[in-house]
Parts: sequence; C-alpha cells; structure tokens
Amino acid sequence: MKHVLVIGAGPAGLTAAVAAADAGARVTVLDSGTGPGGQYWRHLPPERPSRREARLHHGWSEFERLRERTERDGSIDVVTEAQAWAIETTGGATVHALIGPSDAAGREALALEADSLVFATGAHDRTLPFPGWNLPGVFSAGAAQALAKGERIAVGRRAVVAGAGPFLLPVAQSLTATGSTVLGVYEAARTPALAKGWLPRPWRLLSSARKGGELAGYLAHHLRHRVPYRLGRAVVEARGDGRVEEAVIARLDADWSPIPGTELTVAADAVCVSHGFTPRLELPIAAGCEIGPDRFVTVDDDQRTSVDGVWAAGEITGIGGVDAALAEGRVAGHLAAGGDRSAIGPARRRRRASADFARRIEAAHGVRPGWTAWMREDTVVCRCEEVAYGALLGTAAATEQGSLRSVKLTTRAGLGICQARMCGRTVEELTGADPSRAADTSDRRPLAAPVRLGDLAGLSSKDDPQKGEH
Amino acid sequence: MSSIVPFESDPIRPAEPRCLTISVDGERIEGLRGQSIAGILLAQGRTAWRTTVAGRERGVFCGIGVCFDCVGTVNGESDVRLCLRRARDGDTVETQDDSEEDTR
Ligand SMILES: Cc1cc2nc3c(=O)[nH]c(=O)nc-3n(C[C@H](O)[C@H](O)[C@H](O)COP(=O)(O)OP(=O)(O)OC[C@H]3O[C@@H](n4cnc5c(N)ncnc54)[C@H](O)[C@@H]3O)c2cc1C
Repeated sequence: MKHVLVIGAGPAGLTAAVAAADAGARVTVLDSGTGPGGQYWRHLPPERPSRREARLHHGWSEFERLRERTERDGSIDVVTEAQAWAIETTGGATVHALIGPSDAAGREALALEADSLVFATGAHDRTLPFPGWNLPGVFSAGAAQALAKGERIAVGRRAVVAGAGPFLLPVAQSLTATGSTVLGVYEAARTPALAKGWLPRPWRLLSSARKGGELAGYLAHHLRHRVPYRLGRAVVEARGDGRVEEAVIARLDADWSPIPGTELTVAADAVCVSHGFTPRLELPIAAGCEIGPDRFVTVDDDQRTSVDGVWAAGEITGIGGVDAALAEGRVAGHLAAGGDRSAIGPARRRRRASADFARRIEAAHGVRPGWTAWMREDTVVCRCEEVAYGALLGTAAATEQGSLRSVKLTTRAGLGICQARMCGRTVEELTGADPSRAADTSDRRPLAAPVRLGDLAGLSSKDDPQKGEH
Repeated sequence: MSSIVPFESDPIRPAEPRCLTISVDGERIEGLRGQSIAGILLAQGRTAWRTTVAGRERGVFCGIGVCFDCVGTVNGESDVRLCLRRARDGDTVETQDDSEEDTR
C-alpha cells in the first residue's frame, strides 16, 4: 500500500487526502494550524461550538464532508499543530515536523518518509507598504478575515478595506458580520483594467460558476449594507497618535500612482489592506521543485512537480481560488496514490476552468509600479528591521552590483524574524532585483518555520541539523 | 477599537462559552476557551502589545503567523506568535519590549 504524505489541510490538502485514500493509499496530513480547513474554511475552535457557523462560510457542507471523511477513514491520519519545518532530500525526501503548540519549546519531533508527497501549503496575503502601515490598527485583509471567522473578533468599529483583488469583497462581508461598519472597499484597479481582466470572456466566468456566483453574492451583500465599492482608489496613508485614527484615500491613475488633490480623509480605527497573495514556497523549494517565472510551483496537467514523487496543489501553484484548489487537490491526491488518470477527467477540466479565473485576477488586479509614488523617505518597508524607504533606495543606488543580497546585508531589510515573508517581494521590486537569479530571490529560506535551538539539539538527524536563529 | 462579537447576540448562535484566565504582565485577564492569546487581547480592545527596537507599538498584522509582529513571551518562552498560540488556563504572558533604550 502506498503511503502519501500531504502537507497542508486547507481545501487542496483535504481533497488530496480523500482522493488518495479513495485510490487505495494510506495518507498522513500535516497542518500547523489547530484544526483542518486552511484559510478558506478557517473556523471557530471545537471549544466554541455554534449552531449556525455555516453562515460565515461558502461551501461549508463540502468542508464538513471532507472533515467527517478524514476523521472516519482509518487510512487517513490528520495531524494538526504539526509544523513541517524542513525537508531533507538525501536518499528520498524526509519531512521534519514539530508537533505541539506554536513556537513552544520541547515539541515532539517527527521525521516522516512517504512514497509520495503532496504540497498544499497555500499562500498568505501581500500588503504593499504605505505611510503609517506599521501603526497598530492596520491589518492585512487576511488578518481581518481570519480573526472574524476563526475568533469572532472585529478588528475595529469603523473599518476601511483596501488593496486589490476579489478577496477584498469577502473580507468586507466578514467585517460587517462581526458588527463593524465598513466605510468602503477601495480597489486599486480601475474600470478599464477590470474590463480587460473580467469582460473579454464572460462565459468563462460562468464556467468557474461557483466563484462567479460567490462574487455576485458579495456585491449584493454590499449593496444591502450600503458598503461603497470604489475602483481606482487606495489608502495612501494611515494616521494616528500611536494607533490608527484616520485613513487617507486617494484616486489612482492606471499605474496605481495617486492623483494629487484627490485625497480624502476618513475617521477609521481599522484599515485592512491586501494587494494579492504570496505562495508559501519554502518546502517545495527545499525539496528541489522547480519554481516558474510566475513564482509559483511549476506543475504539469497532472499537478506533478519537477521532482519525482512530489505533487503540488492549491494556491502554491497559482492563485485560482477555492475551486481551483479543490480540483487540483483531487488530481494530485489521486495520482500521488498511483490512481488511474482516466478517473479524474472532470477534476482536470474544472482545474483548467479555474486557471482562467487566476489569469483574469492577475490581469485585472496585478500590482502596478506607480504605487511607489505614495511612499515617503521615512515609510517603513521592512517591518521587522524597520528599514525606511529612503534608506533602502539610497543603499540600492550605492551598491555596485545591486544584488539583493548586498542590499539586504547593508540595510538589514528582509533579514528580520519573518525572514522577508512580508517585505521580500517589495524589496526585490524596489531595488530592481532579478528574482530569477538565486542571489536576488527572497523566496529561499533555510527553514520553513522558526525552530528553537533546543529543539534542533534534540533531533536525531542523519546529518548535522541546520542552525536557526532561535 | 477591536472587540469580540458577544455570544448572546451572535447570529451564528454559539453555545455559552467557557472561560479561562491568563495573566498578562501580571494582570489577570479573562478569555474564552479556544481563543488565541492575541484573540483574548483583541477582545479586550488591545491592538498593540509589543514595542519594536525603534520604540513603536505593534500588535497583530497578518493574523496567520507569517509576520511575527504579535510575538510575546508565554510561560517564560520568548518570541511566541500570539495569534497562533491557543491560550491555556493559567498561561503567563509578558509583552515584549525590544526597544533599544529599554534593556531589561
Ligand atoms: C488569511 C487568509 C484568509 C483567506 N480567506 C479567504 C476567503 O474567505 N475566501 C476566499 O475565497 N479566499 C480566501 N483566502 C484565499 C485562500 O488562500 C484560498 O481561497 C484557499 O484557502 C486556498 O486553499 P489551499 O488549500 O491552497 O491553501 P490554504 O487554505 O492556505 O491551506 C494551506 C494549509 O497549509 C498549512 N501549512 C502551510 N505551511 C505549512 C507547514 N510548513 N507545515 C504545516 N502546515 C503548513 C496552513 O496552516 C494551511 O492550513 C484567504 C487567504 C488568507 C491568507
């Protein structure tokens, strides 16, 4: 019997696990979270049951079906609070994981080997810096969403939602469902970009039907709640004494450069901003998987990566939304278990339809270079090391070969505790780095998660364990 | 100000939650079982608890364990991401002051 190891229990990982079990494999699923569901189905912990939790979700019955199946099926073992932090590739892949409460010392160390590996580690949202984005009260849009769904926390009473992409719509809805007043959703893309991205093939939107319907539902919700949805606008500054009190909103040109004189200041205590998603690539990179020019894990029509025996599914292969993640998980899990290709025709077709959704999101909402016009000399770019925009640009100009590595070493941008997860791509962009060069990419990290030295010392690894900062 | 949806009026009809108590910088704070430590602080209206090297206040930013803005010391272990760490009854939390002037 094949043993399939799935990393990530979001929509992609859970469907992969079930498809692999259906195809006859024994399956282990690791997720660092306290429960399954990933970002999309982030929900209240079992200690806080509620009768109508489905109201906060889309496709909740699908999640319940997947969860129930993985719990009931003896051939599927879902391990939560399991942080995969490294992969060794000498003599077949070994996945190292620590099991226990986040960041705790003395967690149980696991070293797992399997016949096939499915990566489904998802993505986190990317926020472009702006003056004041380091004030308390400014959140990534994903944080507002995660806290609303997973904790029933309203991040503020009067919230502004801004950035780019269809994700802003469910965030605004979740905020209103926690009792916040959403003052507006400010989308950087302008009508022509949206028309280019969404309108040339409207029938395609129907073919990824659920996503289209879901978005229409959000717009109807916002109309009912009188939440304005404004295009071609951005939060260009958050102001306040020690915490957010005001957001400054400006109109943008097609390049996302703010148009002077259009600024409008609104009183707000929460500013929730996201400009897209960054895939969590550290484990696939450690396993040797090829990363494409689009900075996602390269997969073929069968979700196979460039490494034998390794599959990838969900947002690490492209930002396609939940439908893509579900279809990709099904294909990856089935084939990773050695299943026959003829059985997954429909999933492969759904996967193609969703890939189109991803292309249109990028065409319409992709980051445009003009945003740097809202930056100031003293705007923090790297949140961990508190490196300002002016210092970063000055160093980049003075650094001869201009490699990202030397800029980072001089300024310390991207060398803090988050390992450039928040600012990496922004620093690349600002310093003109070429991420296809190994010295210039911010995606490479020796460890997928911080590990305490004490835990490393306790590991009985074949080789010398890697040294982390913790 | 951040807050938690009161369970009595939450349309998702939660069961009555069970409480726990943690201490934050020596102060006893009540939370609900299943909450993260960051969730307990946010429910109290606290949006900031760490001080950066430059002396700026930080709280939750990414909410999913990526940014490390929200770290604090839990039961003596520093740099714990409070948005990920589920509170346990009796946890002792100290907020972290990493500012250069303050070397404690
Ligand atoms: C905070 C947030 C909220 C979102 N909310 C929505 C929403 O409401 N609606 C919407 O349409 N889209 C939402 N998205 C977009 C979302 O990413 C996709 O819709 C969907 O969840 C993607 O599914 P996935 O299975 O690819 O990844 P995810 O759902 O992201 O699942 C990946 C899983 O892998 C786990 N993981 C990652 N790295 C490791 C590791 N090293 N070790 C162990 N486990 C690991 C994570 O804990 C996570 O559970 C959200 C994204 C974010 C970041």
